[in-house]
Amino acid sequence: MHRREGLAKLTGRERYVDDLPLDDFLWGATVRSPASRGRVTAVRFGRGIDWSQFVVVDSQDLPGPNEILLIERDQPVLAAGYVRHVHEPVLLLAHRDRVALRRAVAAVTIEVAPEPAALDFRVPPRPEQIQYGADNVLKHLRIEKGDVERALATAPVVVEGVYETGAQEHVYLEPQGMIAHMDGDVLVVRGSMQCPYYVVKALTHALNRDEQHVRVVQTPTGGGFGGKEEYPSTIALHAALLALKSGRPVKLVYDRTEDMAATTKRHPARVRHRTGVTRDGKLVAQDIEVVMDGGAYVTLSPVVLSRGIIHAAGPYACEHVRIDGRAMFTNAVPFGAFRGFGAPQTHFAGERHMDVVAHRLGIDPAELRRRNLLRDGERTATGQVVNDGTDRVAVLERALALADYDKKRAANKAGGTTRRGIGIATFHHGAGFTGSGEVMLSSRVDVAGLPDGRIEVLSANIEMGQGTITVFTALAAARLGLTPDDVVVAEADTARVPNSGPTVASRTSMVVGRLVERACDDLRRRVNTGGRGKGEGLKRAIMDWHRAHPGGRLVGSATYERPPGIAWDDHTYTGDAYGAFAWAAYIAEVEVDLRTYTTRVTDFVAVQEIGKVLHETFARGQVQGGVAQGIGWALLEDCKWQDGAMANAQLTNYLIPTTEDLPPIRVAFLENPYPHGAQGAKGLGELPIDGPAPAVLNAVADALGVEPTTIPLTPERLMEIAERGARNAEQRRQ
Amino acid sequence: MTVHQPGTLREALDLIAGKPEAVPVAGATDLLVHWPARVAEHDRDYVDLSRIAELKAIAFRNGELMLGALATYWDVIHAGRMKEGFPLLVAAARQVGAVQIQARGTWAGNIVNASPAADGVPVLMAYDAVVVLASRAGQEEVPLDRFYTGYKQTRRRPDQLVVAIRIPWRAHDVAVFEKVGGRRAQAIAKVGLAIAHSAAGWRVVAASVAPTVRRCTAIERLLTDGTPVRGPDDLHPAIERDVTPIDDLRSTAAYRKTVMARLLYDDLRGVCPAFS
Amino acid sequence: MITLAFTLNGAPATVEIDPADRLLDVLRERLGLTGTKEGCGEGECGACTVWLDGLPVNSCLVPAYQVRGARVHTVESLDPAALEPLLVHGATQCGACTPGVAMTACWIVGHPEILASHSLRELLAGNLCRCTGYDGIVAGVQAALDAGARA
Repeated sequence: MHRREGLAKLTGRERYVDDLPLDDFLWGATVRSPASRGRVTAVRFGRGIDWSQFVVVDSQDLPGPNEILLIERDQPVLAAGYVRHVHEPVLLLAHRDRVALRRAVAAVTIEVAPEPAALDFRVPPRPEQIQYGADNVLKHLRIEKGDVERALATAPVVVEGVYETGAQEHVYLEPQGMIAHMDGDVLVVRGSMQCPYYVVKALTHALNRDEQHVRVVQTPTGGGFGGKEEYPSTIALHAALLALKSGRPVKLVYDRTEDMAATTKRHPARVRHRTGVTRDGKLVAQDIEVVMDGGAYVTLSPVVLSRGIIHAAGPYACEHVRIDGRAMFTNAVPFGAFRGFGAPQTHFAGERHMDVVAHRLGIDPAELRRRNLLRDGERTATGQVVNDGTDRVAVLERALALADYDKKRAANKAGGTTRRGIGIATFHHGAGFTGSGEVMLSSRVDVAGLPDGRIEVLSANIEMGQGTITVFTALAAARLGLTPDDVVVAEADTARVPNSGPTVASRTSMVVGRLVERACDDLRRRVNTGGRGKGEGLKRAIMDWHRAHPGGRLVGSATYERPPGIAWDDHTYTGDAYGAFAWAAYIAEVEVDLRTYTTRVTDFVAVQEIGKVLHETFARGQVQGGVAQGIGWALLEDCKWQDGAMANAQLTNYLIPTTEDLPPIRVAFLENPYPHGAQGAKGLGELPIDGPAPAVLNAVADALGVEPTTIPLTPERLMEIAERGARNAEQRRQ
Repeated sequence: MTVHQPGTLREALDLIAGKPEAVPVAGATDLLVHWPARVAEHDRDYVDLSRIAELKAIAFRNGELMLGALATYWDVIHAGRMKEGFPLLVAAARQVGAVQIQARGTWAGNIVNASPAADGVPVLMAYDAVVVLASRAGQEEVPLDRFYTGYKQTRRRPDQLVVAIRIPWRAHDVAVFEKVGGRRAQAIAKVGLAIAHSAAGWRVVAASVAPTVRRCTAIERLLTDGTPVRGPDDLHPAIERDVTPIDDLRSTAAYRKTVMARLLYDDLRGVCPAFS
Repeated sequence: MITLAFTLNGAPATVEIDPADRLLDVLRERLGLTGTKEGCGEGECGACTVWLDGLPVNSCLVPAYQVRGARVHTVESLDPAALEPLLVHGATQCGACTPGVAMTACWIVGHPEILASHSLRELLAGNLCRCTGYDGIVAGVQAALDAGARA
């Protein structure tokens, strides 16, 4: 089955939030803080503008608490006299004319009495920089297994390393946007988002409305990658405040610069490894310290940190593990959800470090991984016994064979002014919410039988390119023996669909897809199929039911149930962190130009075991897109900070890969069905962002004989490392 | 905002003589970047040159190539005889943005916009291009290597328009264009180089390493004199005299100097006997 | 306001515009042709690609007054059947870059001779996509070219 909405997208008929026809509406805009931290001493409205023509909203206009409801309630909807980061929203304006509005925004001056800002998460804050708790630590988490100190003390070899990753901008091609209007006494908000019910909760809380008076509708979403997980709540609140005050529909759509400058990014991180190994390369102890930059508000940092540390020890067996993680408050624009959710940072460090260990021991990096990959029956860092029947070494072997690894590894690296190298990353990604998360979400999906015999899948999970509509259609059709044309997937409209949880965490196909299947089963139970079971018989039974119950609603339903044998302890951080892991081995081949220190990825092989491939084209597309984003993060995408603001908030200066920057990405899947996922599927969306960065840097290390530790590995950075290496080698010779 | 759309050059020159503050517009690929946000610039006068047919010509005549002020990168990439006669123009044009920009951006606009990171200017300068300026008072010709007076400053008077670029047709035995951008396509140059050798001598032009695109006369002298060069490091004294790179959003001064030396050395080693 | 007359998707069009309008604004806001997307407003992403007198251009960088008398084609003019290979090969995911990709793709397929001097990847470099890693796009365009060559 091809993408259901594919032709609408290709012909431009698909309408995104900025495309929706709207009558008699106002454009909204945000006036933001110019400073990183301080008291707002004045808001000046410039001369030459008739301010009576503008709707102006500030923090005084909030009907409820000035809080964006998320994990904590520390983030205001609009700054109330005090700002904690550059670009923090202070004031909202609306006007019928977009140009007049832009002039007005430029005419507002926000004066701030500056106070000492904390801008580097890697150094302990000075007393005057402390703004959260006693030490600016937003969240501290720890995983402990065995006795790390003793194991390190007796380990034959101990290898240390410090690794850093930079912020990454999502660059979904459709910038953030929302439309808010009143429909009678119901506030309606439409826009680009991943989590309609997050937006409902944020609106009800800060606007002091009950759920019956708030309706949120997701519009076709032009990419999210996590960037439209929590941030849309903010822009929805802003649009709603302007609509409430003006009594008119308000459209608030960011341009690219505002989107890049003011919305969330991937958390920068620094990870320190101290690893004990035997001389033949068996891991005996992993001591890992993870520090992430949370930015000026908590947002999702605690759970990003959590996923980061849970993945930090890699897919390896090691008896003694300690992982200490902290997310730090800084006066940066808050960091937030981004595909991978903390795991790409820790996998980068872990996989780069594996190669450093291999080089130290004189063991081939592939062999070091072979010796340590988890075998069934062994335990992860949280004590989760892995027993899924997947042969993780076979995943690696497949990738090595596809990449022709042994031959390329042995090949001559030199070639005039270029050097070639090959690098590996083996990694895993847990699908669904961590620990008890899915149980707490208690997601529900409905499948309705329609009077004409078709069925409608009702969920809050959204399409943002990953294929939800098509996959849900296929799952329901297969379950009920129907054709795809007999299946309708409902728009994610909270007035109609149940809360099936957010579209995040690689959970949609695996977890929610399974609920679709179970809701289909429930629907079958609710109609008397008279032995006609599925397909046409079921359709007739549905039509019969409606004839017998005119005007009635025929709905099958399913609510999440924890798979048997899963246990997690949130206090000790032990147990089954995820119902299932996807497993992968990625191999990058690179060519480095010694004249310019530019690194070109010349081949990329991505092999993964993901349970069951639900749609070959979509699955391959997810991997190729994730790899592209990972290569961008590894080599190109460099957020330049200036006093807490992104100085290169333009696509001209923040570079993502073009067609010319990527090789064809070769993808292979291994399948080992997971009994609790839809048709056996495990989560896939995030996995592919975890591996490319370490694989690419390991390839650069192989090409040049250096040990780069920081991404993005720009040519400027690589030149410094390589020249330093050359100078040191020269000194050693002398 | 007021837009004037003269149909002839004569009209355009009259207009601009009366409104020297008006901004001439050709392909608009620089002018319209982030345009909606730049509201202050909406309150100006613009003279749109796109209607003036006489500025569209590309002609080979009298031993030279004449590019009209509206000639685009795409026009040059696909013009007959260009690849044989002026391969550097084709090479540079293909490195400007992507097709969508090449189809609109003009060589004259690239000259007048005066970006130190321009892609078209280095190759024009290496070919000894001459900028033809016109005003009501008459025509004036300024060699491109003397056109820039400082960062974003040119010798064009406000009452003048660039109407053409003249490039002498010479046989070159060396012609190299190098662009190092942040990525392999659609990037702004961190270092740009054009190297050419003909009967007129050596031309070495660098971009993104000084306030303007500029000829590297110390390097040229070193090549003319046949000074022995045994490695990239031997070029650094001349590079220090020729360019003044800075640290900015896109790169560092150190990187730019090192890369410039290495590219020059690598490109010249095979063609210049003094390079070993 | 000034009056702008040009040929849009093969038919004459007349529209009142502000001199500061970009072609993109005229298409989307004055003519309601929202298929053309704004991804960056700086000529980097190519989501706003249209054909102007037969060549792909970024409509965010075209002053609307310059298209007087010109031929403009937008994504709305494309033949859905011609887009089938892109659909089949996974060239569209989120769809925000897709109208621009479709315009460049169909332009290439309509001018296969251009591939004698340019690679497919070079010609597609002006369309940024964050979802596909470009493989689905390149495969889709290649399939369309192959189908065209057979026809």
